[in-house]
Amino acid sequence: MEQKLKTDFDKFINNSNFSNQEIKLKKEALDNFLKNGFPSRKLENWKFSDINQIIQKNIGELAFYNNYNIENEINDNIFIKEIEHNKIVIVNGKVERLSFEYEEKDKINLSSLDNFNQNLNDDNSLLSLNNSFSNKIHNILVKKNYSFKKPLIIYQITNEKVSNTNINFQINFELEENSSIKIINLSDDNSEKNFINNLFNFNLGKNAILKNYKIDIKSNANIKYDYSNIIQKENSISEIFIFSSGSDYIKNEVSCNLEGQYSSAFINGIHLLSKNKHHEIRTNTNHLYENTKSYQLIKSVINDSSKSVYQGKIYVDSKAQKTDGYQLSKALLLNEQAEFNAKPELEIYADDVKCSHGSASGSLDDNSIFYLMSRGLNQTTAKELLINGFLLDVVEKITDDEIKKLLKNMIGLN
Amino acid sequence: MRDKQIEDLKDYKYGFSTDIESFKAPKGLNEEVIRFISNIKKEPDWLLQWRLKAFERLKVLKEPDWQKPKYPKIDYQDLYYYSAPKSFKEKPKNLEDLDPKLLETYKKLGIPLQEQKRLNGIAVDAVFDSVSVATTFKDTLTEKGIIFCSISEAIQKHPDLVKKYLGSVIPITDHFFATLNSAVFTDGSFVYIPPNVKCPMELSTYFRINASDTGQFERTLIIADKGSYVSYLEGCTAPMRDENQLHAANVELVALDDAEIKYSTVQNWYPGDKDGKGGIYNFVTKRGLCKGKNSKISWTQVETGSAITWKYPSCILKGDNSIGEFYSIAITNNYQKADTGTKMIHLGKNTKSKIISKGISAGKSDMTYRGLVDISKNASNSTNYTQCDSLLMGNKCGAHTVPYIKNKNSNSNIAHEATTSKISEDQLHYCQQRGLNQEEAVGLIVNGFCKEVLQQLPMEFAVEAQKLVGISLEGSVG
Repeated sequence: MEQKLKTDFDKFINNSNFSNQEIKLKKEALDNFLKNGFPSRKLENWKFSDINQIIQKNIGELAFYNNYNIENEINDNIFIKEIEHNKIVIVNGKVERLSFEYEEKDKINLSSLDNFNQNLNDDNSLLSLNNSFSNKIHNILVKKNYSFKKPLIIYQITNEKVSNTNINFQINFELEENSSIKIINLSDDNSEKNFINNLFNFNLGKNAILKNYKIDIKSNANIKYDYSNIIQKENSISEIFIFSSGSDYIKNEVSCNLEGQYSSAFINGIHLLSKNKHHEIRTNTNHLYENTKSYQLIKSVINDSSKSVYQGKIYVDSKAQKTDGYQLSKALLLNEQAEFNAKPELEIYADDVKCSHGSASGSLDDNSIFYLMSRGLNQTTAKELLINGFLLDVVEKITDDEIKKLLKNMIGLN
Repeated sequence: MRDKQIEDLKDYKYGFSTDIESFKAPKGLNEEVIRFISNIKKEPDWLLQWRLKAFERLKVLKEPDWQKPKYPKIDYQDLYYYSAPKSFKEKPKNLEDLDPKLLETYKKLGIPLQEQKRLNGIAVDAVFDSVSVATTFKDTLTEKGIIFCSISEAIQKHPDLVKKYLGSVIPITDHFFATLNSAVFTDGSFVYIPPNVKCPMELSTYFRINASDTGQFERTLIIADKGSYVSYLEGCTAPMRDENQLHAANVELVALDDAEIKYSTVQNWYPGDKDGKGGIYNFVTKRGLCKGKNSKISWTQVETGSAITWKYPSCILKGDNSIGEFYSIAITNNYQKADTGTKMIHLGKNTKSKIISKGISAGKSDMTYRGLVDISKNASNSTNYTQCDSLLMGNKCGAHTVPYIKNKNSNSNIAHEATTSKISEDQLHYCQQRGLNQEEAVGLIVNGFCKEVLQQLPMEFAVEAQKLVGISLEGSVG
């Protein structure tokens, strides 16, 4: 693999026009990845999902070179019709279209970054991989006091041209004071056996609001890793919703750093798994300042021989007095082969805090099924009703009505 | 007996030191030392081979490093693995020689003067000797067919039982410290309860003659045969002075059909001084096997001592309908560190487990609850309930909860709850308004917080443990 990485990297650099500074940074990132390789179960974070093994088993040999010079066609049929929205369309890791047609042009600043975020921890070798192979990083800056009028949908498309390839993508959002944005991530995969590695950076200024809905619904045989790093200043709010169902394997990781007082983070997620899927959500909420708040609710419905994993950590710094942290994960195992693993973790260094977590897993409640059947429902409908109710609990947490309606229709929950 | 042993060893062919005053095997961990230990204890060949096998395994094992409390590297070649009991010359002669802080604590716990001396290895008057007490106990036990002796004695007198069960719960191929113990263990307790016998009293190391010198690699084996019941107490509330820094004991429990074992620990070893210097490393492996149907193992622990406590008393629920319980209070103050919890491995059908853990950290200490609940595919209809609560005092300490939850069976239920908070100002105010000083108020509130666990302790133990909880937190408020 090492040789392949090196030759693909050289090919990639030769076919792109990066500055010397960028090449230097990319080289460093590559060296870091070469040193550590793909994470395996030996690392605590990857204990339940050994991505090294998963890649080897499902993909085998990976290619790392991606030709960003090809023009890809975009099929307009895939766009959501129900709501008016701005678009970013990414095909095979390359940004093909950026359209902010509904917004005031002078309130948004689009640029590309020369430097990638080096502050992220080095432990995560996948971030190094992303840094070394991702194309030019777009930076989207939302100016002071501006709120997006329409949601932004990020379409991530892969087409049949790529297979057995590692696709890396990275983007930055900067939200200035009092600004707000709503983002929906949608993927449309027409490829298989690729390893897709995404990194989203969000920088929230004072009073900024970020709402991000990540939807993985189309069934596909790719392996995905999705990392969101969110930095929050005073009074800012982040709301993340993850619906994870379509891909064969996906690990969604969200890191929230609450750096300013009265900032809050809400992360909610659903795993709806069947066949032989393996999904993981990992949340890291770092309370680094006084009077911050975080809330996580993760629910899993696991069928057939699927596996759902939730790892959630609440970290409270000794400075972060008056923290309010709450975390709940629940799982329904519908089949004998199904598996649920959880690691809800608290790491607390301040005393005046209110932190708790809960985790429960088991089967559907027989009494509830009996109750519904005694009222004339057949068993299948009764079960469906209970599962829908179980999941609706999470969907109802979405604070944007328009998007909530859209997602309910997409998921099929009413 | 011991004198004779020493006499025998004067001409020991490996040429070890034979100084009568302090008799030690040379420093270091090697095959010869293991042979030496086995030889001095007159062990049968199978046990020596067993120890050597463990030692072979130890060579390839690495010391684990995933735990939260880090400690300076231990040089295993710089330790004594066997030393005969010290003569009184080396031990303190008077109570006045001891740390006044320690004496104060004794006073608060209400420990008799003679007892204080015994705990610190000070020569006691012939009048006071626990031998007489112990013999009366021994008679009652023998009548019932209960075997309660040191493991060295059991190896000589009941080799079949020892051979059958030793290492059956903690195999010699286990983790580093357990394997180290298997290779070099010196002594410990052995208990066998015959079928359908309910042990009439709480068994305690306290009543075993010479129990205080079991050394740092203690090995305990408790077997409850079909339909029997035993309650075992380990340790005591009084602070213990000890020369050894590393304690790597192994405790194995085996419960056969319908048997029940209740194992209670109060650990109050030297935690180091206020600045975190010194103190015991308590790295103990405790594991119980519910081997038979309807068996039950219950662990209760009150951990207040040691510089670092790192242990996970666990239950393997192999028999159908078996039950595992874990009740724990861990208190850390000053620079103490604890990483403790349990593992509940559900293998049999209809197995149940319950975990109640209370952690209190004060001063500059750090406390971690780490636990595993694993319900395997075949463990249908199993349930687990876990509750871990932490209390923090001050913002220089830490409290962490790291539970691992694995559910592979759709008919089984797992519920886990954890909270972290501080003592509420309202409660403190209420108590102080009624005339308690701040320390008493804190003690009272903390005792209430721990009540669920304290209730699980045997009566006389519970009262002392309650006092201990208060004392451990002294100086942590205000």
